[in-house]
Amino acid sequence: MVVWTESELSIINSIFSSLDYEDIGPKALCRCLIVYPWTQRYFGGFGNLYNAAAIKSNPNIAAHGIKILHGLDRAVKNMDGIKETYAELSTLHSEKLHVDPDNFTLLGNCLTIEIAAKLGDGFTAETQGTFQKFMAVVVNALGKQYH
Amino acid sequence: MSLTGKDKAVVSNLWGKIALNSDLIGAEALGRMLTASPQTKTYFSHWSDLSPTSEQVKKHGAVILKAIGEAVEGIDDLKLNLSRLSELHAFKLQVDPNNFKILSHSIQLVIAMYYPKDFTPEVQVSVDKFLQNVALALSEKYR
Repeated sequence: MVVWTESELSIINSIFSSLDYEDIGPKALCRCLIVYPWTQRYFGGFGNLYNAAAIKSNPNIAAHGIKILHGLDRAVKNMDGIKETYAELSTLHSEKLHVDPDNFTLLGNCLTIEIAAKLGDGFTAETQGTFQKFMAVVVNALGKQYH
Repeated sequence: MSLTGKDKAVVSNLWGKIALNSDLIGAEALGRMLTASPQTKTYFSHWSDLSPTSEQVKKHGAVILKAIGEAVEGIDDLKLNLSRLSELHAFKLQVDPNNFKILSHSIQLVIAMYYPKDFTPEVQVSVDKFLQNVALALSEKYR
């Protein structure tokens, strides 16, 4: 079971309570689709992804970015049971969406970069370490039901 | 994923903006990597202080970013220009090449922190590709 210190719990809660979901969600997903264009394979039905400008102005992508970010709320609210919390979503991503789990890490990295860009040097090394640990646990949980 | 003319121009342009701060960026990137990915500390067990503020970390971070700046200059033939460093990493340091990806992410994150307006997704594509190619060139002599 993942062990969280008081400090780590506090950092994660602080990041998410001050997060602007409507801003960071779309930005993180757009960054992922632009920087790692093979991730676009999962968004065939989302409309025009032809170039960076199209991706950034695509309302379906923006909405989905917000949805994904809110999906992380579930983990934040249940830090001691992240694996169980995401069991259903893991099955969904595996059996219905057929997403290569390596992509979860790519999106996680883009989210980390967007948060870092927003917070500047407020995103201390300790904060980064904690956030990356959190994302690694989430990514691991989402990959658990693949077989 | 080889570098196009456009990638090279983007990288060169960005480097022009950040070069003056390369020591700081290097220090931060290395410090953060050691903190956020503690398995990377195993390569620095000979240092007494592995915290982000350590003088050893800051000094070495600067060395790394300086070498990356030289790679930008030699972007047209990374395999040739990084040949000596490849031998170093392959035979002396024996760093698992997977760690190049970890440091690359750390460097990009620090650039994003200090230059959020410049490090757009479009710029990041070229930078990520460049660092990937640097990593490939560094791995060249491994086996």
